[in-house]
Amino acid sequence: MLPEMIWLIPFFPLLGSVLVGLLGRRILRNWVTLIACLAPSLSLLLSLTCSWRLLSLPPEARRLRHSLISWVASGDLSVAFGFLFDPLSAVMTLVVSGVGLLIHVYSIGYMADERDYHRFFSLLNLFLAEMLVLVLADNYLLLFLGWEGVGLCSYLLIAFWFERPAAASAGTKAFLVNRIGDAAVVVALIWMILLFGSLDFQIVLREAPRTLSHGSFVATLLSLLLFAGAAGKSAQLPLYVWLPDAMEGPTPVSALIHAATMVTAGVYLVARSAPLFELAPVSLEVVAWVGGLTALYAASIALVQTDIKRVIAYSTISQLGYMFLGLGVGAYAAGIFHLMTHAFFKALLFLAAGSVIHALAGEQDLRRMGGLRGPLKITAGSFLVGALANSGIAPFAGFWSKDEILHAVYASGHHLLWVLGALTAAGTGFYMFRLYFLAFEGTSRLSPQARDHIHEAPWSMRWPLVLLALGSAAAGFFGVPPGSGLFQRFLGPVFPMTARETGSAVHVSGTGLAMASLVLSLAGIALAFRYYLRHPERPEALAARFPALYGLLLRKYRVDELYDQLVVRPTILGARALSGLFDSRLIDGTVDGIASLLVEAGARLRRIQTGHVPAYVLSILAGVVVLLGYVLAFRL
Amino acid sequence: MTATVPLQAYLILSAALFTIGVIGVLIRRNALIIFMAIELMLNAVNLSFVAFSRFLDSMDGQVIVFFVMAVAAAEVALGLAIIIALYRNKESVNVDEINLLRG
Repeated sequence: MLPEMIWLIPFFPLLGSVLVGLLGRRILRNWVTLIACLAPSLSLLLSLTCSWRLLSLPPEARRLRHSLISWVASGDLSVAFGFLFDPLSAVMTLVVSGVGLLIHVYSIGYMADERDYHRFFSLLNLFLAEMLVLVLADNYLLLFLGWEGVGLCSYLLIAFWFERPAAASAGTKAFLVNRIGDAAVVVALIWMILLFGSLDFQIVLREAPRTLSHGSFVATLLSLLLFAGAAGKSAQLPLYVWLPDAMEGPTPVSALIHAATMVTAGVYLVARSAPLFELAPVSLEVVAWVGGLTALYAASIALVQTDIKRVIAYSTISQLGYMFLGLGVGAYAAGIFHLMTHAFFKALLFLAAGSVIHALAGEQDLRRMGGLRGPLKITAGSFLVGALANSGIAPFAGFWSKDEILHAVYASGHHLLWVLGALTAAGTGFYMFRLYFLAFEGTSRLSPQARDHIHEAPWSMRWPLVLLALGSAAAGFFGVPPGSGLFQRFLGPVFPMTARETGSAVHVSGTGLAMASLVLSLAGIALAFRYYLRHPERPEALAARFPALYGLLLRKYRVDELYDQLVVRPTILGARALSGLFDSRLIDGTVDGIASLLVEAGARLRRIQTGHVPAYVLSILAGVVVLLGYVLAFRL
Repeated sequence: MTATVPLQAYLILSAALFTIGVIGVLIRRNALIIFMAIELMLNAVNLSFVAFSRFLDSMDGQVIVFFVMAVAAAEVALGLAIIIALYRNKESVNVDEINLLRG
């Protein structure tokens, strides 16, 4: 009974999206709200039921599968609209529908003054549907359908305020940068069909170790292609550039799509393909290094940004780097654990930032905030919880998941990567609390109109904040004790047993490492406290002393400018040249030439048509004579 | 027993009538005369059909002649109607003045 109902989980939001999208203009706003919020509630309810059912099964048998209809049937290849509910899907589905529901509720308040209220909720529901298809698919093609679907929704929602040129171009940028990774995924899927004759997870991941030898070139390239797609979707080096710009979208979108769910699709893809990655140690090494470097790189940019949402956006990139770092050293469960806790605290941070922006009538610049804790008590309190969780301070959620990753990194012998991770932890503590102190503590630097506008958020925005704050505080306990907590035992059977885990060659004390990174995070926080609360004049003095370094960080290492010079301009110039030469000369010339040839021929031929009937009769007669002559001369 | 007229005589007469009809269609300007010339061509063909029917001892030719006569009658009815309509519009039945279909 239950497996047959899995497809309803993504179906409800899809239905909601269609209803709201088509009828939104004609029905009352309250109905839009009701339909749009009912859809994720039903999905969440069904996911909880399915998860409950999963828990009642023995750990090895925890797979619910159901194929709805056949989708592609071509020769030996057949792909179905098939859904798979296993522990990994369960975690993802619960996070997506749970956090999604809270953000839907939050949006009621945040978007209340919006003219296109129904368009927003229709797209938000569509996004949920696509994301749920992505995490529930039982084959790579259906996963890719959801993958592209969330990309589309991301584009549409970043450019939600399309009248603003910045929003429109940010949407385009996100879409185009994602295309690079998606192209790699398409190649990987075609290659899988050629190698395994199927795209079914079960078949591909079972056949891969038999067909491909460990460490073979094919396995390495195939997994790297998948990782390229993951790096695009999850904003890793070098394809991260779209995520900071995506902050042009409404803040609930940033929270849902660009923090909690869509950007974790890449992490999910790599975790889902774990058996394939296990065949390619080189790919895993690449995943780990890209993750580690991205974590530190993004954290360093976040140190100096002045836009409240951009700081959190770079923090997201940095935390996604942690997840890949975990996956890369084979700690898949730890990576997914961090994905879950991150969904809570990053959604919370974004929503709290949105509450601040809402209260200050659109002000996003940290330099014009300060002292907001007084008027915005609930927002400030929940932001503080989120900041503590993001900085990895015990016992908040981020501590347990991040520490498990760092422990796995150290245990696998990647000491340099551990140093990167620990430095990132210190940076994270610093930028998170720099943000907190600048926005909520100290003296007020508000503009007069913001000061007049300031008010605490309505209930629909307050409750999601409180619930997410509770989640950010408590979600980590699912993973206690580290390595063998409830969460890890639940996810364990999904992932292949790796040599690193079973052998456990290096025995290191988890507590010592945890203390080390905790101390680093606290040091970061202390530094932020000293610089931004005690001596607010010092950061400027420091920036003045190292103008080159400060400028480099402030301009985000000038990567956007570099890409602009290397990719965007040559593309535009090349396109211009081609359009002038190839398109308007060759293609248009050929088409115009054929057309004018026909016009000319018609002008000549119309002279034959005199309208004189005797002339026509004469030509008929001539024809008859010629035909008769031919028959008489040659055929008789 | 009278001496029979040979087949060639009928065919020569038929060909002569047909040629007169063709020339009439080509050189005359009056639509009514052209119409008559067409009738002449049809009857030239009828004559050769009847002659062959007689000489081949087959009724097929005569049957076809009846068809041709029926078609010719219908054609006359239609053609005269067109010519009358034409005259009402143009005050003329001169085909040289009628070139509405010129491209």
